Amino acid sequence: MSGALRIRVRGQVQGVGFRPFVWQLAHRLNIRGEVLNDPEGVLIHAQGARIADFVAAITAEAPPLARVDAVETGPFAFDTAPCDFAIAASRGSGAETRVTPDAATCPDCLADIRGDDPRRRGYAFTNCTHCGPRFTILKGLPYDRARTTMAGFEMCPDCAAEYADPGDRRFHAQPVACALCGPHLGFEDANGAHPDAIAAAARALLDGAILAVKGLGGFHLCCDATNAQAIDRLRRRKYRPSKPLALMGRWQEIDRHARPDTEERAALASAAAPIVLLAKGDPLPEALAPGQNHLGWMLPYTPLHHLLLGAVARPLVMTSGNLSGEPQVIGNAEARDKLGGIADAILDHDRDIARRLDDSVMRLTPEGPMILRRARGMVPDTLPLPDGFGDAPQVVAYGGQMKAALCLLKNGQALLGHHLGELDEALTLEAFLQADADYAALFDHRPDVVAVDLHPDFQATRHGEARARDEGLALEPVQHHHAHLAACMAENGHALNGGKVAGIVLDGLGLGPDGTVWGGELLLGDYTGFDRRAWLTPAPLIGGDRAQAEPWRNALMRLDQAGLSNWADQLFADKPLEIARMAASKGLNAPQSSSAGRLFDAVAAVLGICPDGQSYEGEAAMRMEALASETVFAPVPLEHGAAGIDPAPLFHRLRADLARSTSAGDCATLFHLSLAHAFAKEARALVDAGEAERVALSGGCFQNARLLRDTLDALGLDRSRVYLHHRTPANDGGLALGQAVIAAARHLHRR
Amino acid sequence: LAHGGGGKAMRDLIEEIFTGVFQPPGTEDQARLTAQALAEPGAQLAFTTDSFVVSPPVFPGGDIGKIAVCGTINDLAVGGAKPLWMSAAFIIEEGCEFELLRRIVASMQAEAEKAGVRIVTGDTKVVGRGAADKVFVTTSGVGVIPPGRDLQAGNIRPGDVALVNGVLGDHGATILAARGDMALSTDIQSDCQSLNALVEAVLHAAPNARAARDATRGGLASALNEMAETAGVAIEIDEIALPLRPEVKGVCEVLGLDPLYLANEGTLVVFVPEAEAEAALHAMRDTEAGRGAARIGLAKPGPAGRVTMRTAFGGQRLVDTLVGEQLPRIC
Ligand SMILES: [Fe+3]
Ligand SMILES: [Mg+2]
Ligand SMILES: [Zn+2]
Ligand SMILES: [Zn+2]
Repeated sequence: MSGALRIRVRGQVQGVGFRPFVWQLAHRLNIRGEVLNDPEGVLIHAQGARIADFVAAITAEAPPLARVDAVETGPFAFDTAPCDFAIAASRGSGAETRVTPDAATCPDCLADIRGDDPRRRGYAFTNCTHCGPRFTILKGLPYDRARTTMAGFEMCPDCAAEYADPGDRRFHAQPVACALCGPHLGFEDANGAHPDAIAAAARALLDGAILAVKGLGGFHLCCDATNAQAIDRLRRRKYRPSKPLALMGRWQEIDRHARPDTEERAALASAAAPIVLLAKGDPLPEALAPGQNHLGWMLPYTPLHHLLLGAVARPLVMTSGNLSGEPQVIGNAEARDKLGGIADAILDHDRDIARRLDDSVMRLTPEGPMILRRARGMVPDTLPLPDGFGDAPQVVAYGGQMKAALCLLKNGQALLGHHLGELDEALTLEAFLQADADYAALFDHRPDVVAVDLHPDFQATRHGEARARDEGLALEPVQHHHAHLAACMAENGHALNGGKVAGIVLDGLGLGPDGTVWGGELLLGDYTGFDRRAWLTPAPLIGGDRAQAEPWRNALMRLDQAGLSNWADQLFADKPLEIARMAASKGLNAPQSSSAGRLFDAVAAVLGICPDGQSYEGEAAMRMEALASETVFAPVPLEHGAAGIDPAPLFHRLRADLARSTSAGDCATLFHLSLAHAFAKEARALVDAGEAERVALSGGCFQNARLLRDTLDALGLDRSRVYLHHRTPANDGGLALGQAVIAAARHLHRR
Repeated sequence: LAHGGGGKAMRDLIEEIFTGVFQPPGTEDQARLTAQALAEPGAQLAFTTDSFVVSPPVFPGGDIGKIAVCGTINDLAVGGAKPLWMSAAFIIEEGCEFELLRRIVASMQAEAEKAGVRIVTGDTKVVGRGAADKVFVTTSGVGVIPPGRDLQAGNIRPGDVALVNGVLGDHGATILAARGDMALSTDIQSDCQSLNALVEAVLHAAPNARAARDATRGGLASALNEMAETAGVAIEIDEIALPLRPEVKGVCEVLGLDPLYLANEGTLVVFVPEAEAEAALHAMRDTEAGRGAARIGLAKPGPAGRVTMRTAFGGQRLVDTLVGEQLPRIC
């Protein structure tokens, strides 16, 4: 007989059914001892003849939502030999406080919904330890039923028995419920309520109606994705002319209209059930995503969705249910108030949503996964910090303005919060303040340092400054693109003392320390500082943020700079060019900017891609990527002079090419290639000169897979020497992580 | 031309341009005024000062002198004071054209007369080229707040209604257009005007009016933020209700500016109890400065200090004070 062992399991092992899993495993292998939660994870004391099998199975057979980072074993001596295996009480503060991300309905629950037990058959709130709502129903800590929005539903005896039985899949599943005791659906249209909500909703959808459907982290607006008129109606009512609409379908629907590869299928089927961008296949109405060659798909991820999809048997539009500019609606009364003018009917229920979480969005590229929006199913989750950050102070970083997300550092871990949205929207600011309080409680966080962007008018900056002032904390302002670079380094595990990295940061914009607006940069930096080694020649942003909304403004300035004013006069004859040029020359709200995003807009406008206005952020750049052809070109060489990398030669070439009737697709290709080469060349020079060993690619523009591919090709470096974003967004959704590690590094450096 | 150093040339200048027009009472270097209005028990003295630096000094709808007079009168008026007397001091750049000075002085006198205010004392200094931009003006004003009046931001309560007297941003847009030599529509003029008669009319119709503020530098946004902060309330305005001239909207769109932040020189926002809102609105519309009066929003319980705008689509945008110039923020 083997000796007793103390087994420590680290990772995401709480709130995921880990203890009952261990309990069952122990019973199967005839192991005696105990399992419990403590602040470090799960602790097991065990002995038995098959102890080696037991330890091996902990990793090999871990429950679906668990992530085992480490299993450490050591000798242990029982005071009195155990005669059974028990789940013991949790120990220490911080135990039981972990909350895992919301998870898509598991196969077993799906079988229950389709099975014969009347308690679960067709029941829209079926869940178990391996699936169901978590963070979206959490109202307070520790995470138990009383502090969730399930508190008002008293378990029936059967549910209570399942909850209490370690051998049951629903052991300690906080939202456990059944048709007898749990939440219920409601359907309401102009004619009033209908008793059979799913059937009524399906009928309405098939008739072309628009529905407001209550999901996990908020309401969706839903219609039949094969019905062009319904889509058109939805777009008009929502004032959303062309931004792509997300779709939900079962495998039947997805396989019919797209051709996901193995990796895409795995991403779709993951517990996070994100929206995955898939190449368009068998046609659906173009209005779903005009000008794009991808559609965003997700699988049904709640029983409600499964029942609805099963009843309509066709793909559904599932776009976030909100008024233009506002965040997603989460309350039933709010849905009636705000979505009543858009939706013909409402499918909702009486389980409250405690926390708004948008659907996460990702895409799979040949270069690996790309997170475009990090929210439902991906938070709360921690990221281990690179070597050297073990002793870092506790830091809170508040991120940017447009895709706000905050980040906490503690105990060598980073917790990057969920996508919140644009902070000038009052409800989003409320959500930001709530997230600040929530994550602090969740992480038991008491920061020493507050990190913010340099921009004084970001709401996030103001909030951070006020907090630092009020609580007497150290304030660490961080340059925007340095933060992008550091986020990419941290995600890739670049050690604190790992040396300098050449960061190509192609982005929208962020304030530089020189007071101008940066955005197309090559930074040579580490976690504490940076040099700006290359940049795009600045051009005025006529009308400040207005330049982002109207691509022609950027084109005008770039063409004027290139000596192509006549061409600009022709291209944009209907625009107030005289005033725009005056504003630029007099510096009236026309700050100089090296933004790469605005260069995308400028080229797009020249190619006739939404020159008058973008109806959503990034539209021009996304259309450019979609348009780019596979034609092989030599890049237009763009040299780095005293004023930066001047894109003028590119515009001269575009003019000549367009005059020769070169297609817009080929022009888009040439642009991607030339921009990639210009920066890759400068970065490669730093590597070749021994100034940096690695190159990092960050900033919002690198959500463009074509630009990413072209840059990697142009660098010609072994892939192990290039850092990319895979788990955190390359755009401002990941900014706070970079701010946090920079602030931490500076404090460690000063010690 | 050298006018510095207190020499004869300068005294001539003062004589000719300033004293001739303003006609101060007496010859001493001080104004002596009867304090009769103050004799009323409970009356309060109101006293304010402001410096004016406007480029260009003359623009459609006014000049720096008119702004200086209106600005000081309005500072008094929005506190409920009846403006009575003013002083005016000038920093003049060497070489500044006499024509310009004459024009400024004449318009100051005209505006003061119109508003029933006397300019009773003044001063001039001439500085070297480049030490000033043509002419800077400092005005101070004295007025009397009749007994029982209490107009101040701290009085604003949730539910109170916000009214403005007319279109927003005309002054700021006019100055921008003038500064940029822009081929913008020339229809826009500065709204530069005195508001004391208007405030009297409002107080007559709405005796419980809470507070008024002239929305000068930083525009309506800054005025509302100050008021929300002082009163500890939230203020919500309605985008659709904001009176805006299409031309100003046009200028703002081209230049990417937010009219809420454009300066005004004859625009105020006043908070009145809901019950008196309609009466106040009608009274405003009956005055010359209030023809375009509108109800733009209301005070709410909280969060304290927060100003938001319900947009045309229904969202709630924060309307903040800006730290510096409007720097772009869209990444
Ligand atoms: Fe950025
Ligand atoms: Mg003043
Ligand atoms: Zn399940
Ligand atoms: Zn039950």
